[in-house]
Amino acid sequence: MNAPGGGPARGMGAALRQDSALKHATGEARFLDDLPEPPGLLHAALALSPIAHGRLLALDPGPALALPGVVAVLRPGDIPGRNDIAAAGSNEPLLAEGMVLHAGQPLAIVVGATRDAALAGAAALRPEIAPLLAILSLEEAIAREAWVLPPQEIRRGDAAAALAAAPHRCHGEFRVGGQEHFYLEGQIALALPGEDGEMTIQSSTQHPTEVQHIAARVLGCPFNRITVATRRMGGGFGGKESNASWVAAAAALAARATGRPVKLRLPRKADMAATGKRHPFLYRWQAGFAEDGRILALEAVLAADAGHSLDLTAGVIFRAITHALGCCDVPDVALRALACRTNTVSNTAFRGFGGPQGALLIEDVVHRVAAARGLPPEDVRARNFAGGGNGAETPYGQALEGALIRRVWAEARRDAGWDEKRREIAAFNAAHPTLRRGLGSMVLAFGISFGQMHMNQAGALVHVYTDGSIRLNHGGTEMGQGLFIKVAQVVASVFGVDVGRIAVSATSTAEVPNTSPTAASTGSDLNGWAAHAAASAIRARMAAVAAAEWGVPVEAVAFAEGQVTAGGNRAMEFGALAQLAYMQRVSLSATGFYRTPDIHWDRATMRGEPFFYFSYGAAVAEVAVDLLTGEHRCLAAHLVQDCGRSLNPAVDLGQVEGAFVQGLGWLTCEELWWDAAGRLRTLGPSTYKIPGSREVPPVLRVRLLEGAPARSETIFRSKAVGEPPLLLATAVWNALKDAIGTDHLDAPATPERVLRAIRGG
Amino acid sequence: MSDRIGFLLNGAPVRLPAGTSPTMTLLDWLRGQASLTGTKEGCAEGDCGACTVVLEAADGSRAPINACLAMLGQMHGRAIRTVEGLRQPGLGPHPVQHRLAEADATQCGFCTPGIVMAAWAHTREGGDPHEALAGNLCRCTGYRPILDALTGMADDGAPPPVLPPPEAACFTAEGQVFHRPASLAELLRLRAAHPAALLLAGGTDLGLLASEHRQRPPAIIALDAVPELQACAEDAAGLTIGAALPYARLLPLLTGGLAPFAALLRRLGSRQIRSLGTLGGNLGTASPIGDALPALLALGARLHLASVRGEREMPVEDFLAGYRRTALAPEEVIRAIRLPRPAAGEVLACEKLSKRHDQDIAAVSGAFLLRVEDGRIASVRLAFGGMGPMAARARAAEAALTGASLAPAAFEAAAAALAQDVAPLSDARGSAGYRLAAAQGLLRRLYWRLARPDLPLEVQAL
Repeated sequence: MNAPGGGPARGMGAALRQDSALKHATGEARFLDDLPEPPGLLHAALALSPIAHGRLLALDPGPALALPGVVAVLRPGDIPGRNDIAAAGSNEPLLAEGMVLHAGQPLAIVVGATRDAALAGAAALRPEIAPLLAILSLEEAIAREAWVLPPQEIRRGDAAAALAAAPHRCHGEFRVGGQEHFYLEGQIALALPGEDGEMTIQSSTQHPTEVQHIAARVLGCPFNRITVATRRMGGGFGGKESNASWVAAAAALAARATGRPVKLRLPRKADMAATGKRHPFLYRWQAGFAEDGRILALEAVLAADAGHSLDLTAGVIFRAITHALGCCDVPDVALRALACRTNTVSNTAFRGFGGPQGALLIEDVVHRVAAARGLPPEDVRARNFAGGGNGAETPYGQALEGALIRRVWAEARRDAGWDEKRREIAAFNAAHPTLRRGLGSMVLAFGISFGQMHMNQAGALVHVYTDGSIRLNHGGTEMGQGLFIKVAQVVASVFGVDVGRIAVSATSTAEVPNTSPTAASTGSDLNGWAAHAAASAIRARMAAVAAAEWGVPVEAVAFAEGQVTAGGNRAMEFGALAQLAYMQRVSLSATGFYRTPDIHWDRATMRGEPFFYFSYGAAVAEVAVDLLTGEHRCLAAHLVQDCGRSLNPAVDLGQVEGAFVQGLGWLTCEELWWDAAGRLRTLGPSTYKIPGSREVPPVLRVRLLEGAPARSETIFRSKAVGEPPLLLATAVWNALKDAIGTDHLDAPATPERVLRAIRGG
Repeated sequence: MSDRIGFLLNGAPVRLPAGTSPTMTLLDWLRGQASLTGTKEGCAEGDCGACTVVLEAADGSRAPINACLAMLGQMHGRAIRTVEGLRQPGLGPHPVQHRLAEADATQCGFCTPGIVMAAWAHTREGGDPHEALAGNLCRCTGYRPILDALTGMADDGAPPPVLPPPEAACFTAEGQVFHRPASLAELLRLRAAHPAALLLAGGTDLGLLASEHRQRPPAIIALDAVPELQACAEDAAGLTIGAALPYARLLPLLTGGLAPFAALLRRLGSRQIRSLGTLGGNLGTASPIGDALPALLALGARLHLASVRGEREMPVEDFLAGYRRTALAPEEVIRAIRLPRPAAGEVLACEKLSKRHDQDIAAVSGAFLLRVEDGRIASVRLAFGGMGPMAARARAAEAALTGASLAPAAFEAAAAALAQDVAPLSDARGSAGYRLAAAQGLLRRLYWRLARPDLPLEVQAL
């Protein structure tokens, strides 16, 4: 493997390819469903509720059991442990018991000799459900004060008084839809029962430890009976955090009940009906501002549609309100986040985890203030940037880096040729009878760390073998984001060896226990440090062996280019030193552990410094809109993303581009549509439209911010990249508003919503 | 007559055991019995492309298809190549595979084998790279590196397979019979004998029964080996198109005044769908939003319906009888579609509105054929899809335009009159209100198409 630009591929900062790239292309990379099937394998399928809310009166297993090949029908009474799959709270049933709370809720697990038999059995069940009135909208939930947890508030100053005193006031109400993850590989798990109550689970999960915990809870056994492994996922995006756990628990339950291995692979429609999505939000706010667009006060309610249960909603609304001012400063604020309970699927983590929804609030405020004052929104946003003459502290008490905010914006604006583009667009719009072009922007500040403080920890396990080959295992999971290659680069750098010497093994609860999910963009930050610690421990022992062998001080021993050296005349191949250490009975295996320092949060006061650092970025997008039909297209995007000192620019660039296009989908073409009975009707790619290649702007220029190493002690001064750039797509939403000449556009801005906005609806 | 399914798989002949279900999907067979797990299932509805494999034709062309929608019976006599079959013994990965890997065009990698196969077909077929990728969804990369990789690929020059001429076949499995007639006469005899059998043209709709709904249809008559249904004859006035001719083979013939129809059909499904899908199938399913139907209505296409009792002809307008209902008699098949070319002076415009430009089902589709003489609209035919239980002409709007001068007012009047012609529904693709407003917008856009043919009038044209 060679780094672009020549030179040997090795450690940090090299643009190394995703470790499985060629295997993906040849079809050799094995996803869970590609693994050879164990003898005696049974298949499971889920029977889902057709009703949004009701009392489950009866569920006769007979019709399924009468079919050939159906082995078992499992209902709540068949659960040996607890019927509870809650990730954070409690009482979220795996299988509906008594009450049905959403259409698509699992009611029973049907086990069959073949997958078709199981699916046919599930389809044959006819649950008796007495319908109850369902809450299907955020408005209804707010009116009935139906929450999954109490409202969260962040306040600073006296927003009401500042509003009253402000020279100008305006208000707004808008909404943004949810988003289906649409990982290409659907949810899947394979459970193998073993002796002494053991259960080995292969799961396509971002959180093997949670799979372990939930499966143990459902089976009623200690955690040490359950081993969970994940080699790779065909996409996750947050959708395989809590949702993968119950899918795996269902497979484990079926395996326990039958004593045979069981695979559960959800068909796409069942996957989309039964698993949570990004939270839709409804926003209501009022702001007070000055002549020059300086926003003085903001009162806002951000209402998140949690669906029927808590799942990870507490974290989502925490991130939404901590990101609701984006990169801006507002002196007096009162932000209230509602976690609304509706009879829909329980919404969950999705790349950005409420951050993208939070950031839309300040963008809407900025645009309406700008419209009210007749100013460009970019000027109003810049007038309110944190730092400079404005406050640098977020309302919850953590400082933003105003200089970086201004720098990313200046660079994106320059890259896009903003002023010239403005003139070009004005000329086009004056001349064309039916098309309008528009220009929009976004500047983001995204806090990195899990909102749950205890989750900011990671472990790793490194072995050096006596031939000098290295095996690396850590708690992070690979879902395509390039985590394995990045962490391998860290370890290669510690040992001074080529990354090709390192084999990364499947993530497993048996190798590294008690792990956090690979989520919140923290994968390489946490696991990189943990692996660094493990590798450094081994290196120190090896250095001591070399120092003794050569009679030099340990500090003189260096590891580089596959060699261990001391001064100019002592050298040994890395593998030779490993062999020497073994002969001298020195351990060549070590665990590593890391906990993010310096972060804290006080839930009572909603203040603290919950993020290790912030990541920044800016974007300019150009769009065209057809005034007659609402059709639109992004023509160009210029993105600048702060990755600190990038661990791997090729991987990071891919994350920025992919996140931008995913955000573009969320805000434009991806629409979840429920019928009047509360059934989701966009249950497959034929009706739910994620971006295709033509949605990617023909001009897409992406740059990683240069010369901006992280100020915090991050791994090699890099910064996380998974989620923040998704927010950059907000520039497209803003550009659409610019093209139409409106300050009100609900998202997703489908052609229908755009046409409505054009027609003043 | 063959009674066992046989095909070339990655260059090697395969004969399936007698009794193999002929409606088992190719994807299930590849991943199951054949242990070729490189081909993935992402959706089982022909929309994600993770299951893309390539049919290699004797003429050297390469047709990407969705293995999830293809039934084994349909594969008889074909040459199939999967991602595993690109790897040449002793030579390692194929250059297309190397190129995608080197361009950072994979992240999670689940869509990658399908993209590899779509790209391999594209290296031979050429054309718009977006069109080549329209049938392949990627959720990770944002496509840019994939598009970059595509531009750097070349045809490997691999020779075409040697394939037998289409032969009659009949495959049976428990409770199932799959007829594959190889002549029109035989097809009509079978049709008369089995009026309840499902007619299988490309299977891009019917395949969902097996793929997504996991059903085993008891009786199928496949049309793909009937030479008369694959033919296309061209004369000065138009085309006579065999009902089972795949769109991919029809497209190059839609030239001149029919070019707007061709442009519309390039948005019908994806290359994977158009490799197998047919005009006859689009007519036979009679979906209210069948992409091709408004154009057939606007152009005044006529159908040749054949049965053992003889042949009759009728306009498409009479054929479409209601929501997914047609005038086809139980013993009949659609033999051919007679598609007139627009006459001199006539202008055809085809429109499709959807949430996504490519591979989406229309919320509203429209096709308009007009002749303008001396600044007046001398004749007009307007047809819409997605605006009622079936694709239909918009007679009131036509009346408002007929004889009117070419000016915005006439198109405003037509837009107002359109409300009498249509009865749209609200569903996941759009509300009734949007459908009407957008269809009216298409009539306004039609004015600009006629008045300002010099202007780009679609966002995609910028």
